[in-house]
Amino acid sequence: MRKTVLNLKVISNLQLNDDHHLLELQSPDQLETINPGQFANLLVDHSPSVFLRRPFSIYSVDYLNNTISVFIKEIGDGTRALGKTPVGSFINTMFPLGNSFTIPDEPQRILLIGGGSGVASLMSLAQILSKKSNEVSILIGARSAVDLVELGHFSKYGTVYTTTEDGTLGTKGYVTNHLIMGDQLAQFDRIYTCGPEPMMKAVALIAKEKAIICEVSLENSMACGFGVCLCCIAETIDGHKCVCTDGPVFNSTQLKWQI
Amino acid sequence: MADLSIKVHNLELKNPVMTASGTFGYGLEFDDFMDVNLLGGIVVKGTTIHPRQGNAYPRMAETALGMLNSVGLQNKGAHYFATDIYPKLTKYKTNILVNVSGSTIEEYIACAEIINELDLITGIELNISCPNVKEGGMAFGTSCPSIEAVVSAVRKVYHKTMMVKLSPNVTNIGELAKSAEFSGADSLSLINTLLGMAIDAETRKPILSTITGGLSGPAIKPIALRMVWEVSKAVSIPLVGIGGIMNATDAIEFFLAGASAIQVGTANYLDPSVTIKIIDGIDSYLNRHKFNSITDIIGGLHM
Ligand SMILES: Cc1cc2nc3c(=O)[nH]c(=O)nc-3n(C[C@H](O)[C@H](O)[C@H](O)COP(=O)(O)OP(=O)(O)OC[C@H]3O[C@@H](n4cnc5c(N)ncnc54)[C@H](O)[C@@H]3O)c2cc1C
Ligand SMILES: Cc1cc2nc3c(=O)[nH]c(=O)nc-3n(C[C@H](O)[C@H](O)[C@H](O)COP(=O)(O)O)c2cc1C
Ligand code: FES
Repeated sequence: MRKTVLNLKVISNLQLNDDHHLLELQSPDQLETINPGQFANLLVDHSPSVFLRRPFSIYSVDYLNNTISVFIKEIGDGTRALGKTPVGSFINTMFPLGNSFTIPDEPQRILLIGGGSGVASLMSLAQILSKKSNEVSILIGARSAVDLVELGHFSKYGTVYTTTEDGTLGTKGYVTNHLIMGDQLAQFDRIYTCGPEPMMKAVALIAKEKAIICEVSLENSMACGFGVCLCCIAETIDGHKCVCTDGPVFNSTQLKWQI
Repeated sequence: MADLSIKVHNLELKNPVMTASGTFGYGLEFDDFMDVNLLGGIVVKGTTIHPRQGNAYPRMAETALGMLNSVGLQNKGAHYFATDIYPKLTKYKTNILVNVSGSTIEEYIACAEIINELDLITGIELNISCPNVKEGGMAFGTSCPSIEAVVSAVRKVYHKTMMVKLSPNVTNIGELAKSAEFSGADSLSLINTLLGMAIDAETRKPILSTITGGLSGPAIKPIALRMVWEVSKAVSIPLVGIGGIMNATDAIEFFLAGASAIQVGTANYLDPSVTIKIIDGIDSYLNRHKFNSITDIIGGLHM
């Protein structure tokens, strides 16, 4: 689908826990294909301290009802204002933006690793991968069990593993402490990850050591979201690339990460 | 319908709404959102003779009603522009200006010479005001002798419209504007970004990799208006107003202060088709106030 700016109607706003919301936004027009990993840039009204749009991964797409969902973790004024958006109101949305994760031609064994709000970009990916008969495993890391709000949905598409920093659910520690990241990792053909940068770097390092293809989805800060301001750049082996147009998904070997 | 066409020296605009360099890419990025041909003109990305990587990430900080950037003129160079970008722009039926930058006078000249060969580029905007490069850039735009040196040198090699973009990071913009006029500028555009800084109190670190950067957006509009007003009294060449224009009312304020045309910058990030709304809004303002032409309000401030 080509990039567009539309007023999308909030048809539901689910509060998942203290600081996570799932907004479902309806388009007046028929949606065309949106690929997993693409994002939307939302205008925040009624928050005087917020000037620029706020980018969010497209969590899921419903082509029958012409809706997209975004999963929002409140961290500042923009995300807090969006979390409060009442059902029935409209959010001016620019979408779909950016590239997407690679969907392999033949079914493969794929491990998705999400941390924090990064899990949002993996939901529609898990859905499509499992629909195309890939064997999907999903490893999710969070600070605490209360932050693991979307496990139920993921388990529809594959086997779910979890880690929490405080040990309240799953393995205690970071995703890289999970058993699956050890000898078992060799069974996977690909790793796709989105989350805090230190987590993605640690995952990319392990993937590199085991020679497994690894795609990462970056969340650099953005001013425009469609390739004109050049503020969102990532350093790659081919020079500066825009995360909003050349990314957000990169093969980790393209990035000049000191790992 | 009022008559929105305007001549900025010998640059014929179908309406006074242009886009500001660095905020509109090459126009192509906007094809999904709007018809670029409806604009009076576009000013493409800052271009230098040699390719530039620009500064390190982070290059952007959001501020109250605005943003700081320190992109640092990332571009693939004038040769790449001529061979790879220019052919894609020839489909447009609007004025296309190239924003020309450099670190030395020789670099400005070399870049302008290449752009001079491109038939469908109607003019250049000489950027002597970029705050985000270590040498050159803004340094040229902050003293009368250096403005005279660079503007007159480029004038010798560039034969179409030469608009000179002024820096607001100066104490007497009127004097600097006179230097540019005297050295052969056909028109002046103002303002470029204001040098600023943002700090993250939690980490106690500057937000930008370069520590300082250029401020744009509605936060700078009052300064831009004051500067257009001052420069309009200092020179007789036409002015193009830039700085925090978000809607038609903002644009009208610049015409009243003395600008013959305007450029829209940061607003394009929030609403990629904002320029079309501004054109329509200017038309309805003129109709509502019973003016036949945009020329009726330029410099029309009641005192
Ligand atoms: C492509 C992309 C996809 C994203 N997807 C999601 C998603 O699905 N769900 C979700 O909850 N969030 C997502 N984010 C992050 C989200 O955009 C930010 O959390 C949001 O913009 C913060 O806005 P705010 O006004 O609430 O916070 P602000 O007040 O702007 O920021 C609060 C604090 O967080 C820091 N911060 C804000 N944004 C970033 C950033 N991008 N990188 C590093 N530090 C930052 C600020 O410096 C500040 O210290 C995504 C970001 C990108 C670029
Ligand atoms: C990200 C960014 C990049 C810019 N790059 C250039 C540039 O290459 N050359 C230039 O002359 N001005 C550049 N500018 C300045 C704008 O053209 C304009 O003068 C300034 O942003 C003020 O207008 P605004 O408040 O409407 O944005 C840039 C501005 C921004 C925000
Ligand atoms: S956010 Fe503007 S170029 Fe990527």
